[in-house]
Amino acid sequence: MSGIPPFERFYESHKGEVLAFLRRRAGRDRADDLFQETFLRALRAYGRLEHGEHLRAWVLTIATNAVVDAARRERPTAELSVEPADEDQRPAVEELAPLTDDLPPKERAAVVLRYGYDLDYDTIGAALGSNEQAARQAASAGVRRLRKEKEQR
Amino acid sequence: MTAIPTVLDERFRTAAAASGELDVAYDVLDDTPVGRLLVGVSERGLCRVNFDPEPEAELERLARHFGPRVLRSPKALDRVRTELDEYFAGRRHAFDLELDLRATPEFHRRVLEELNRVEYGHTTTYGALAAQVGAPRAARAVGTVMNRNPLPIVLPCHRVVGANGSLTGYGGGLDRKEWLLRLEGALL
Repeated sequence: MSGIPPFERFYESHKGEVLAFLRRRAGRDRADDLFQETFLRALRAYGRLEHGEHLRAWVLTIATNAVVDAARRERPTAELSVEPADEDQRPAVEELAPLTDDLPPKERAAVVLRYGYDLDYDTIGAALGSNEQAARQAASAGVRRLRKEKEQR
Repeated sequence: MTAIPTVLDERFRTAAAASGELDVAYDVLDDTPVGRLLVGVSERGLCRVNFDPEPEAELERLARHFGPRVLRSPKALDRVRTELDEYFAGRRHAFDLELDLRATPEFHRRVLEELNRVEYGHTTTYGALAAQVGAPRAARAVGTVMNRNPLPIVLPCHRVVGANGSLTGYGGGLDRKEWLLRLEGALL
């Protein structure tokens, strides 16, 4: 449990940045609902975190996925652009991020959370607003896709 | 840094408590007659009452004992706040709250359960409490239990006095012990 701050501190440290991020990505109107969704997802996964590193990147990854899920609910068939606005806001562990840039958002998040943060699938499912099985499938689909891309290079 | 609208902040804090995912929801009551109080509830019941809280240290302590999902959520403390208000106004003589003492060692819990039988407006002594838990020579140990009481006011350690009737000591300071006993009419 060491190194994981009380949720209150985590929330206070990141709430301003998360709201700003969501406003840029989803617009002011939608940002409020997504703000709550993001931190509720983070809360669900929080008790199962094994360390307190990269929490900023972690919560921005969750926020990105909340945006993607909301957009998908509204426009199920549209192409989605989910890349962060600028390099500075990249919501992923720095080493993994460049490798996973081309993955679909859900797979990218699952790969980053699994191999970047070393989270278990149960926790990843909670962070992505789905379940363990869906998280496992997304991560393995992402890894398969990365392998294929590598072979084609 | 983007300022969070208060409405949005409060809405999340309320939703977080309602989701059942918090280990502890807490609030700081700023202006009670006995000063600032931090109060915390888990899903099992009231788990913390703290005089003059130092939030940083207290949050760490709650996280250590109950889990890291500790969040200020005033709405979740409505019932506790109401009962305390009624008590401070002299209208409530017994608390009707579930208590969560799982972070308290077994001997302490036994003493605190015995303490909980001491009624409003009455006092007992350290020695008498020690005898009631079957450890008649443990008056000093009982003093330690009182000093570490995680739920002062609600578990009424202010009603425990020395054998000669002196107030002896109080984790929240003797002034508060005296105030509480006067409120209850146990001191004139």
